Amino acid sequence: MTTLAPDRKPSQAAGTVAHSQRRTWGIMAEFETPAAIFEAAGKVRDSGYRYWDCHVPFPVHNLDKQMGVRRTILPVIVFFAGLTGATLGFGLQAFTNSTDQSIWAFVWVTGYPFLISGKPLMSFPAFVPVIFELTVLLSALTAAFGMLALNGLPRLNHPLLASQRFRRSTDDRFFIVIEARDPKFLKSKTEAFLKTLGAHAVEVVED
Amino acid sequence: MSSSQIDVRNRGFIDTDNTGDTPGRRATLVLNMHRFHDVTQQVCRIAEAKRAPVAWYVAFAISLAMVSMLGFCVLYLFFTGVGVWGLNNPVMWAFDITNFVFWVGIGHAGTLISAILFLFRQKWRTGINRFAEAMTIFAVICAGLFPGIHVGRVWLVYWLFPIPNQMELWPQFRSPLLWDVFAVSTYFTVSAVFWYVGMIPDLATLRDRAKGRIQQMAYGLFSLGWRGSMRHWHRYEVAYLLLAALATPLVLSVHSVVSFDFAVSQLPGWHTTIFPPYFVAGAIFSGFAMVVTLAVPARELFGLKDLITLRHLDNMNKIILVTGCMVGYAYSMEFFIAWYSGALYEKFAFMNRAFGQYWWAYLIMVSCNVITPQLFWFKRMRTSIPIMFVLSLVVNIGMWFERYVIIVSSLANDFLPTSWGGFIPTWVDICTMTGAFGLFGVCFLLFCRYLPMVALAEIKAIMPEADPHREHPQ
Repeated sequence: MTTLAPDRKPSQAAGTVAHSQRRTWGIMAEFETPAAIFEAAGKVRDSGYRYWDCHVPFPVHNLDKQMGVRRTILPVIVFFAGLTGATLGFGLQAFTNSTDQSIWAFVWVTGYPFLISGKPLMSFPAFVPVIFELTVLLSALTAAFGMLALNGLPRLNHPLLASQRFRRSTDDRFFIVIEARDPKFLKSKTEAFLKTLGAHAVEVVED
Repeated sequence: MSSSQIDVRNRGFIDTDNTGDTPGRRATLVLNMHRFHDVTQQVCRIAEAKRAPVAWYVAFAISLAMVSMLGFCVLYLFFTGVGVWGLNNPVMWAFDITNFVFWVGIGHAGTLISAILFLFRQKWRTGINRFAEAMTIFAVICAGLFPGIHVGRVWLVYWLFPIPNQMELWPQFRSPLLWDVFAVSTYFTVSAVFWYVGMIPDLATLRDRAKGRIQQMAYGLFSLGWRGSMRHWHRYEVAYLLLAALATPLVLSVHSVVSFDFAVSQLPGWHTTIFPPYFVAGAIFSGFAMVVTLAVPARELFGLKDLITLRHLDNMNKIILVTGCMVGYAYSMEFFIAWYSGALYEKFAFMNRAFGQYWWAYLIMVSCNVITPQLFWFKRMRTSIPIMFVLSLVVNIGMWFERYVIIVSSLANDFLPTSWGGFIPTWVDICTMTGAFGLFGVCFLLFCRYLPMVALAEIKAIMPEADPHREHPQ
């Protein structure tokens, strides 16, 4: 296979020959500045590739818009989680403290109408703090775990993480990766295209 | 060391003093660095170092000894009963609840920095938010300890939660003590999630730099396979904003709910409507003091002065001044309302608070919380490391005494003079309180040693070099 990285050592290049039977997963291009990747991302967006991504050490301002990333559905999910929390909070208190009904919640449980200092059995104002807390709790957990789930995380490994060069993506380098599963992907053409973007280095990623 | 000395020592570098306010020019928040790699290097080398600074080992040994003392005191309490504390009729709450309120309050600064300052787009928060959030979590752990062990029969502590049981017993949801259970546990969970989500990209940085197998495995596992994808960052930023928006009302509500423990009761000195805002202001006040107490030695010890700059400390001291004045206003307003209400017991409770048997505690409280922070009106004081360190300790002491005064003086002398009493702490009280600081210390020191102490990704994003439309790239 061709190694395109200008600073790749011969020993590493020899090492990759042995793996050349492995499937190509994609091609990455390395950039040195946020400005460079921002400009390049616009060009990749316009070139018609679908399965591509930018890998950056911090969220470069507006790069998602530049890439044409659609706004995530996460806030809608979180809204309904909050609604669930509120309902759950009210239901829990009203059931346990204001009724004598029995329901099945994994085991049979019965409510107990607490009469405390002459307050009404259904004293909504006193239920507000717990309703609020459960709303926040469910929303926050959904925001965090929903984000991870939508991102397909956690995962223990990824083809990109095998690359030595890619390790700087969490430090100070910016990468554009075009995946091999893209219908428009053609190893030689994609490589050539990425080189025209002014990348510092271009490297093939294997699965 | 005064601010002028710092200036002299750093002269010759660009952007060494960022405490000034030049109109039309934003102050630099990262000093002496222009490359992203330098930031990574500064923060990661702490976790990557083979050995920690000697001071770390000394502090860790002391904290560990204090934790053993705490463990002993707690076991002694469990095996003997709450009688080992100085509690007695009429003072049934003293050190336990004082420590609880104190530690919950400490936590508030972390959430304020991470959530509220984020919503207000205060970029300087990035230098301090990570370890302030860590402080929050460890403080809430210490706080949760006290109500947990003060219930007496600790093996029945699950009665606090609505868990189906054979007695068909439910908690009483109209009680503020139960609201507290939900408020504090939600606060802890949300703070921990917020902290961890913020740390995922930085753990990935540590993973990618790790040399040893153990480090690679550990950081690799906890970074969840993060690879900085911009499509991921997009959802991440939305999630972070949502978490900040959720944590903001949460931080204001937690100490409000804690104050309900007192305000909803009928006791003179507790039964006041000013309590929720007054407690929240006090919590932020004490929390920021704790952040300064921790930031000053930490930036010194781990060489983070370019990231946690004098401007950060200056800003925090300004917040201490503002919230200190709010607390002072609350103290005086309580007195005014007690007099203006014409309620006999209310008037007595406040006169007794200032001039009764706990006058000394009241004096400590007012002088530490209202009088000494006024020094922060002067920039020279706000930017002097030794002065801010001492003042932050003074505020911590003052805020502990505030809770002590509110709790103990109101209980000791209430309606009926025949049931008056007092409180004398036992050695167990004092050792448990001290031990909690050890618990906090152990957690915090471990965090400093093994986790990214400064939010790398966030700090890189606020550097001028991060702007994709910058004319001259680095």
